[in-house]
Amino acid sequence: MNIRPNAILEVDALERRFDVSAPWLNRLIERKPRRTLRAVDGVDFAIQRGQTLALVGESGCGKSTIAKLVTGLHPPSGGNIRFHGDRDRLQMIFQDPFASLNPRWRVGRIIAEPLRTLRPDTPTEQVSARVDELLRTVGLAPADGLKFPHEFSGGQRQRISIARALAGEPEFLVCDEPTSALDVSVQAQVLNLMKKLQKDMGLTYLFISHDLSVVRHMADVIAVMYLGRIVEIQPTADLFANPLHPYTQLLLETIPDLEAPKRDRSPMGGEVPSPVSPPSGCSFHPRCPLAFDRCKVERPQRRPEVHDRRVACFAAEQGKTDVQ
Amino acid sequence: MSDVVLDVQNLRVEFPTRKGILTAVDDISLQIRQGEILGMVGESGAGKSMTGMSILGLLEPPGRIAAGTIHLSGDRIDDLDDTAMQSIRGRRIGAIFQDPLTSLNPLFRVGDQLVETIRLHTDLDKSAARERAKDLMREVGIPAVEERIDNYPHQFSGGMRQRIVIALALCAEPELIVADEPTTALDVSIQAQITALLKRLCRERGTAVMLVTHDMGVIAETADRVAVMYAGRLAEVGTVDDVVRRPKHPYTSGLMGSIPSLRKDVAELQMIPGSMPRLNAIPPGCAFNPRCGHAGPRCHRDIPRIDSTHTGAACWLGTKGEVA
Repeated sequence: MNIRPNAILEVDALERRFDVSAPWLNRLIERKPRRTLRAVDGVDFAIQRGQTLALVGESGCGKSTIAKLVTGLHPPSGGNIRFHGDRDRLQMIFQDPFASLNPRWRVGRIIAEPLRTLRPDTPTEQVSARVDELLRTVGLAPADGLKFPHEFSGGQRQRISIARALAGEPEFLVCDEPTSALDVSVQAQVLNLMKKLQKDMGLTYLFISHDLSVVRHMADVIAVMYLGRIVEIQPTADLFANPLHPYTQLLLETIPDLEAPKRDRSPMGGEVPSPVSPPSGCSFHPRCPLAFDRCKVERPQRRPEVHDRRVACFAAEQGKTDVQ
Repeated sequence: MSDVVLDVQNLRVEFPTRKGILTAVDDISLQIRQGEILGMVGESGAGKSMTGMSILGLLEPPGRIAAGTIHLSGDRIDDLDDTAMQSIRGRRIGAIFQDPLTSLNPLFRVGDQLVETIRLHTDLDKSAARERAKDLMREVGIPAVEERIDNYPHQFSGGMRQRIVIALALCAEPELIVADEPTTALDVSIQAQITALLKRLCRERGTAVMLVTHDMGVIAETADRVAVMYAGRLAEVGTVDDVVRRPKHPYTSGLMGSIPSLRKDVAELQMIPGSMPRLNAIPPGCAFNPRCGHAGPRCHRDIPRIDSTHTGAACWLGTKGEVA
């Protein structure tokens, strides 16, 4: 892939396999073969500086694995990740604000940790001044730095996670379901804060979520994943106006819509197959209303001549895009 | 009003603690009619599950019903002892919980669990009960019933497990089903299948359903009426259309505004400042007053209630000029 002028992150043919075989002795006695789970199976995307790319998909589609690969928590099994920035300025916000904060540390120490690690020479007064400033930035009070995480609600804890991520002056934030554990009214506070911070500080987000309405609000570009692959990637407005992949269309058809409830709809049939033994060809073909013979044997790729690399689907290549 | 299946009057649930009595559910009245789905919505800790649990007689001690009555088709059930309640649970009230894995016994085949439940509540013999179990499994949409009936719960996917749990709840043809977050653990495409199934079965059998969820989208697409809870009290009750499109209570309208839209672009989501008070710190007057933009002196003094029609908002704002 040619280098795009303003991309901060480029991911090419990224793969991550996990060995999910039975233990050695069981394999020997029961004659079971080794089994591999292809959590991420040939994924390409690029994120422009200052933008938000969202990965959406159902559980097990590999979106969180990509977050861990990008942050370096897992090494990739294949392909490459090019980060055109300072690796120290890449931070992550996790889903569960109850598990991601050390319950025995005061909040001030939690927020100061990236500073102490990345810039150990910073004088103590400067560190505490910076912690106070960060607490204010995320809408908390400097006095909150003396409290423990259990004294805060879920939304406040997620603000603390954001303050900690901001401590290292990041340019790139990986956000793995940052609001899934929060109630909607609190979710709105956190999403608004994240948008404001992006505007003020020029942050770039890799935003992972299963919630299409949240993603529509946050992202510039959306990549829809199914069983470890990106099946469709489009700017947000285009994706909602003109979804190209049958899976995206069915997903949009399926999500509950407050403004126009589809009370008598017929939901998408079937379930996501196991990623240990994915279907042949296009992994969506068993559930796809547009599938034909080729889909069962050959895996579709995103190609430049088909909607400008936006979709991996043989039916879409032939101009068939309506599942209804 | 002979078709009222569930009639709850002035229900109050308390938890005595060392630091005083916490009121988890405070003076709630509601009815559900035959074939009607009532959605109970609210943020975590609002008391919606607690209401469902008190109807099922499953409050964890020291929690207790401190006041009010619960009638099931005219029979009072809130003052029954454990043995009497046990014969009502399963037979007259079915229950569906969030996590289908914990509602099923992992050591028994699903068929045996269904047969056991059927025989407990009816006088069918073993082979007739097994036939009935197969019919139920077919009805909830499980393919290849002849083979699947002898599978263990772990051999089913999450969506299929939740179908089994629904089949279990339907075994004795109950008058009422309490479904507590039945789709929260499931992916959107499976979620739609489960709510569609629940809706179809209730329509066909005339079962009344209390659907407890935090997801307004699920309510909009499934329920007939909705009750919004806040800090243990009812904030608003009405038809889904009224509550979603014309919310009367400032909390409900804030809640609606904070949900990102699938159709409209907004620069900033509407926020409700702060968070729901903890049970030990509920302010005097209306529990929502610290977060409400319309609060006047009366809101800090008197608790607003929904009038005896059991429809509308618990808010002084509606009563002309009385906020001041």
